[in-house]
Amino acid sequence: MTTVFAALAGALFATGTYLVLQRELTRILIGLALLSHGANVVLLVAAGEPGRPAFLDGRDDPSAFLDPLPQAFALTAIVITFGVTCFLLALAYRSWVLTQDDTVQDDPEDVRVRQEPDADIERSGADQPTIEAQDR
Amino acid sequence: MTPWIALPAVLPLLAAAASVLVGRSRTAQRIIGLGTLTALLGLAVRLLIETDRNDVMTTQAGGWVAPLGITFVADRLSAIMLLVAIGMFLAVLVYAIGQGDEEARHVGFHPVYLTLVAGVCMAFLTGDLFNLFVAFEVLLVSSYVLLTLGGRLAQVRAGTTYVVISLLASITFLMSLGLLYRATGTVNLADLPAAMEALDPELRRVFLLLFLGVFGIKAAIFPLFFWLPDSYPNAPTAITAVFAGLLTKVGVYAMIRIQTTIGPDDTVVGTVLLVVAALTMVIGVFGAISQQEIKRILSFHAVSQIGYMVFGLGLLTVAGLAAAILYIAQYIVVKTTLFLTGGLVERASGTGHLDRVDGMLRTRPLLGMLFLLPALSLAGVPPLSGFVGKFALVDAGVSSKSWVLVGVSLAVSIMTLLSMNKIWAGAFMGEPTANAEATSPLPTAMVVATGVLVAVSIGIALGAGPIYAYAERAAETLLPLAGSSAP
Repeated sequence: MTTVFAALAGALFATGTYLVLQRELTRILIGLALLSHGANVVLLVAAGEPGRPAFLDGRDDPSAFLDPLPQAFALTAIVITFGVTCFLLALAYRSWVLTQDDTVQDDPEDVRVRQEPDADIERSGADQPTIEAQDR
Repeated sequence: MTPWIALPAVLPLLAAAASVLVGRSRTAQRIIGLGTLTALLGLAVRLLIETDRNDVMTTQAGGWVAPLGITFVADRLSAIMLLVAIGMFLAVLVYAIGQGDEEARHVGFHPVYLTLVAGVCMAFLTGDLFNLFVAFEVLLVSSYVLLTLGGRLAQVRAGTTYVVISLLASITFLMSLGLLYRATGTVNLADLPAAMEALDPELRRVFLLLFLGVFGIKAAIFPLFFWLPDSYPNAPTAITAVFAGLLTKVGVYAMIRIQTTIGPDDTVVGTVLLVVAALTMVIGVFGAISQQEIKRILSFHAVSQIGYMVFGLGLLTVAGLAAAILYIAQYIVVKTTLFLTGGLVERASGTGHLDRVDGMLRTRPLLGMLFLLPALSLAGVPPLSGFVGKFALVDAGVSSKSWVLVGVSLAVSIMTLLSMNKIWAGAFMGEPTANAEATSPLPTAMVVATGVLVAVSIGIALGAGPIYAYAERAAETLLPLAGSSAP
């Protein structure tokens, strides 16, 4: 059973990582959701072998019970990632309202530094005229 | 059992709730915010004194015993971090109130600011790793809101990157926690060293690196820093000051905790940290030199300076750790001051772009002094506080024979001075530009808050002896084995 869970967590992490590496914000969002599911599955595995009693009714030996702590962890984590995902959704919507575009924008200062002609001596000879032309 | 040590985490949360209730009156919100932080400052001073007497103080929230309940632990490291952090929060709140802008426009500023305070305090006081995760989330979610308060395009763009990166780090943190719990059966920091003994040394190292990586993203160390200079400068000035001055240092604090808890003698990881530290210093300072805007230059310095702290940690000696703690304490003050001064320059001239500001020294000599002192301190010019921190670090590096790191850190100081000179020459020297705003007086609260922080940083330099002794005692508690063998 643990193997199945491990494989499931692996699959979730793999698809999540792929989606996070995309350029569209909605895909990144879904990717993050999958990743957090993967982490929660790992937390469930941490509780130990499944199939043990979860409630204390006085008949069984207390030491045979399922460890409740990882479940508490998972519950807390679900609540937190839910909240953060909602916030990210709101941000994505705001970004859509402002730009009508779903892709993550480049940092303007990075673009400026990249376009500085003397930043790279070898390239500046070839690129300088075109950049100056752009400025004009 | 000392229940009051949980107060720095509980009080701001209650105050945040009260602040929401009185949302219609900005005056009431200000009174609540300033009052809470002043009370916390008193608590932090008491904590500093009591931890020095008792070494470690603990309390269990909700009456559950240690491994199950929510444990609060305070030692000297937590106390000194808490004191500096709360002092910073108070000064920045005064500055924000003077500035108006986001603070005056949004009902949400005060409550969210107070939750941020609660998150930071909780991170410093928590006794187990899962609650550290919760504390990080509390402070991160508050920081997401503060960063994007106003909803301008630049903020949304920068905020998106920041949220995605932080969320990725949090998920990795959570996954590492699950694996750690499966392997050891505990996430309590006090139980972990013993539980880790039973593990294979290689596995222990994997865990150590996993956690250092997670906290490294939050601290913005070398390969994981790229989000910081992009996202921080877009927040309102007061917020950027708190973020750059404090939030990355919470990451460094967590790195110190985890390293001393599960790998205090792992010299391989120590060496990795030293290499990372050198790269962080160099790359950060190069980034700063290539920038043209005050807040962005300072943001890259925030990356560069993290390298110094990791350097102290990577040495894995009491002297190194003590130097790192001293460095963090003085650096939080200096960095926050620099950002606040940067904000004052922007306020006075309408822009922070070095091409468009000139001759501030002529029009505003006081502002020049407020910038010059922390700038020289950041570069490590004696007798300012940055010099004290760097001296302690270099001294620790020399006694551990880490010559390369000592060389790199000294070279980076000179480059730091160079880029500070760039701001100085660009914004303060030269002929004043004709500017309508240049004659309007700056809000007193902003100037006073900045001035007080400059005074505090000078105070740290003057009281360096006792503060270093305190940091050394803090380091001895963290590294008990190394402490007993040291001469």
